[in-house]
Amino acid sequence: MKLQKSTRLALCSVLEIAGNPERALSASEIAQKYGVSMHHLSKVLRELGRAEIVESARGVGGGYRFIGNAKRLTLMDVIGLFEAIGGGGRDVPDGATEVERALATVLSEIDENARATFRSVTLDTMLKLIQFQLRMDNKSAAMEPSR
Amino acid sequence: MSTKASVREQPGSIQIRPAQASDLGDIIALDAEVTGLEKTDYWYELFHRYGASHTRQRVFLVAESGAVLEGFIIGEVRDWEFGSPPCGWVFGIAVRPDSRQHGLGTRLLEAICEGFRHAGVNKVRTLTAREDSLVLSFFRSQGMMAAPVIALEKDLAEPRT
Repeated sequence: MKLQKSTRLALCSVLEIAGNPERALSASEIAQKYGVSMHHLSKVLRELGRAEIVESARGVGGGYRFIGNAKRLTLMDVIGLFEAIGGGGRDVPDGATEVERALATVLSEIDENARATFRSVTLDTMLKLIQFQLRMDNKSAAMEPSR
Repeated sequence: MSTKASVREQPGSIQIRPAQASDLGDIIALDAEVTGLEKTDYWYELFHRYGASHTRQRVFLVAESGAVLEGFIIGEVRDWEFGSPPCGWVFGIAVRPDSRQHGLGTRLLEAICEGFRHAGVNKVRTLTAREDSLVLSFFRSQGMMAAPVIALEKDLAEPRT
């Protein structure tokens, strides 16, 4: 499963912003962390703002804040702003061969599973997963013998 | 006072306990409310196998607040299905619609997982309809991830391939 660059950046941005509720996150912080241009990131954040998922505040302490409902907003809700994942099944052109039709059936199956997965994972669940993985990383680091 | 208010105001008042024969009417009604299908025979048969003859391998629990049945969960430990080491399977969970968002599902799942641990397994699985985003999201929120298994099916009415 490969998402477009803008979609991945949108997901990372939303999770970074939602994961820091105590402060507004600047676009430059996100751009630096993910090694992307401010121009590209700005377009992505503007789209997230239009969807009322984040809002920006100007001035000292300004930046982006999460304004959605993390327990309700799913990965699919964010992804759907940037690309469609096999919505409505794979198009099989008129005159498609039996091989193409059979292949489309299998690809549709993969798309359906991907969409169901994205629909079932909320931002809140993702934030918990991120914290869990951080704890595991810290635990592994603590168990490594000191040099 | 509504059920929703009682759960919200007294979250500690919920009791999780093994299902009893006297719960069956409420369980059937709750399942019918959630799924839109009344399956009386199914639940009596299930209770016969999982409720009355409760073993460490089979767990059928209900959550109640006062005299109101708020939810249930059912599952069992299955051994070596298709080579998979023994693990706990949850195959049914429901919480009254107006009592959701108060952690009842979480408590039911924790309780059945505790039962599975006592039975000696350290993994829990479930199977949900791909389109059932509500239940799928719930299990995801509890830290469950896709298992290394794929569910397959075939329409038996179709010509043999």
